[in-house]
Amino acid sequence: MKVLVAVKRVVDYNVKVRVKADHSGVDLANVKMSMNPFCEIAVEEAVRLKEKGVVTEIVAVSVGPTAAQEQLRTALALGADRAILVETNEELSSLAIAKSLKALVDKEQPQLVILGKQAIDSDNNQSGQMLAALTGYAQGTFASKVEVAGDKVNVTREIDGGLQTVALNLPAIVTTDLRLNEPRYASLPNIMKAKKKPLETLTPDALGVSTASTVKTLKVEAPAARSAGIKVKSVAELVEKLKNEAKVI
Amino acid sequence: MAVLVIAEHSNGALASATLNTVAAAQKIGGDIAVLVAGQNVAGAAEAAARIAGVAKVLVADNAAYVHQLPENVAPLIASIAGNFSYVLAPATTNGKNFLPRVAALLDVDQISEIIEVVSADTFKRPIYAGNAIATVQSSAAVKVITVRGTGFDAVAAEGGSAAVEAVSGPADAGKSAFVGEELAKSDRPELTAAKIVVSGGRGMGNGDNFSILYSLADKLGAAVGASRAAVDAGFVPNDMQVGQTGKIVAPQLYVAVGISGAIQHLAGMKDSKVIVAINKDEEAPIFQVADYGLVGDLFEAVPELQGAL
Repeated sequence: MKVLVAVKRVVDYNVKVRVKADHSGVDLANVKMSMNPFCEIAVEEAVRLKEKGVVTEIVAVSVGPTAAQEQLRTALALGADRAILVETNEELSSLAIAKSLKALVDKEQPQLVILGKQAIDSDNNQSGQMLAALTGYAQGTFASKVEVAGDKVNVTREIDGGLQTVALNLPAIVTTDLRLNEPRYASLPNIMKAKKKPLETLTPDALGVSTASTVKTLKVEAPAARSAGIKVKSVAELVEKLKNEAKVI
Repeated sequence: MAVLVIAEHSNGALASATLNTVAAAQKIGGDIAVLVAGQNVAGAAEAAARIAGVAKVLVADNAAYVHQLPENVAPLIASIAGNFSYVLAPATTNGKNFLPRVAALLDVDQISEIIEVVSADTFKRPIYAGNAIATVQSSAAVKVITVRGTGFDAVAAEGGSAAVEAVSGPADAGKSAFVGEELAKSDRPELTAAKIVVSGGRGMGNGDNFSILYSLADKLGAAVGASRAAVDAGFVPNDMQVGQTGKIVAPQLYVAVGISGAIQHLAGMKDSKVIVAINKDEEAPIFQVADYGLVGDLFEAVPELQGAL
C-alpha cells in the first residue's frame, strides 16, 4: 500500500528562540532549521513499514516555503520514494495545511497518512486530526505502536493515564508520539541518491485550496522571566527557606 | 453568546480539568453549558450540574461515545456547536484528540492551549515550547479552543444547580473501535493537579532509585514526575513525563532532582510557583529557573531532605 508522510520545516529543537523587538514573531533569520522531530519519527515509521513489506511506496509531502525542499530531500534520503512540496510563503494555519494535505490525499489515494503529533514551533497539535475530519478517515493520534493487519491498523496511543489501543479501518490517519521509534540517520550515499529522486512542486492555488484563516496573531512576546533564585548550602537551609520564606511546605 | 464546555470524565467521575476549563469559559462570559458524552455518565453529569457557574448540562448517553473515540464524538459536538459561540475543551490528550476534528468539521481554525483570555475574541497561548507567548484573535463564528488547565484556577466544584438535559447525536461511525487500555496505577495525586511535584531525571541512574523520590513524595503528599530522559531510559512509564511533549504542570512547589533542565522539560514546569533543583552539576540550566538550588549528590540530599521534613 501507499503511505503519505507529512513533514514540516521548523527551527531546530536545540535553538533557543528569541522574540523580535517589534513583537511580530520570533527571529528566524540565520537560525538553524530542521525537520520537526515528530515528523522524523513519522518518516521512520513509514520506512519501517516498507521494510516489513507492508508498504510499497512512500510519498513525503510538505507545505511551506521553497526551502522546505531540504527537509523533503532528507525524507528521501531516509527512504521515501518521491516528494511533493506545496509551495507557499504564507504561514498557513493548521486548517489550511490540513486542506492542502486533503487535496494531496485525493490525488494520491494513500491507505495511510502519517504525521507528527505536533510541530515544535506552533505547538498546535491539530493538522492530523483536521486531515482526518476532512477526509472522513479514522485517526490514531499520539501513536507509540502501529500494526497494520489486513484492512485495519491497530494503533497504541499515549493517553494521560497510560496507553490505549484502537483498531482503525484503512485508510486512516496516524500521528506519531516520541516513543513510536528511534529515527535513523541518513547515510551519505543515500543523501546523494536522494538528489535524483523526484520532487514535484505545486501551489495551494493549483490544488484549489483556500488558505484563508479565521485566526490572526496580534503580537508575540517573551514569557515573563523568572526572578533569579539563590543557591542554598545545605538541605537544612533548603527546608528552612521552603518553610519560612516560600511557605510551600 | 454562549459557551459549550466539553467535560473530561472517566468511569463516571468528572475530571478536575473540566473545572479549569469552566474557569476559562467564565473569563469569556455568557451562559455556560457543559456537554458530558459517554455511556452511563449520570454520575459525571450530576457532578457537572453542581459546578459553580454552569447554566446547563447536556448529556449524550450512547455506547458510541464510550472512550471518546473522535470519529464518533467529534460529529456529536459539531452537531451541537451551532447553538454556541464557543466550544472549549481541556487540553488533555482527549481534548487534543477530538477538538481539532470538531474545528475542521465546522471549517474553522482551532486555538490550542490558551493560558489567558484577553477579551472575548483574543487569547494568549505559548508557542516554541513556551519560549514565546502569542496573542491571537479569532474571527470565527464558532471559536474552538483548548484550554491549558494550569493557566486557569479551577472553579468551585459545588454551588451550582444546572438543569440536566439529554441530547442525541450521530450513531457510531463504524470507522474505529476501542481495543483495550493499560492504565498506570498510582495512589499519589494526579500529576497535573498536584500542589507539589517531585520529578526525577537521568541523574536518578535507574528505575529502582526512583523509590527515594516516591518516599519523599509520600512525605510531601506530592505527585512524581520525570524528564524525557528518565522515560526514554525506561526508568518510569511515559505518562509521568513532564515537558513540551508530556504533561504541563504548575504546582506550588516543583522539585527537580537530577534533571539538567532542557528547553523541552522547562516548557512543562516553568510556571510552577517555587522551583527547587537538586543537581550535582552546578552549571545545569535548571539552576537558571530554580528559586532554590542545591548543588550536591541527590542520593545524599533526597533522603536527608525527607528526614528533615
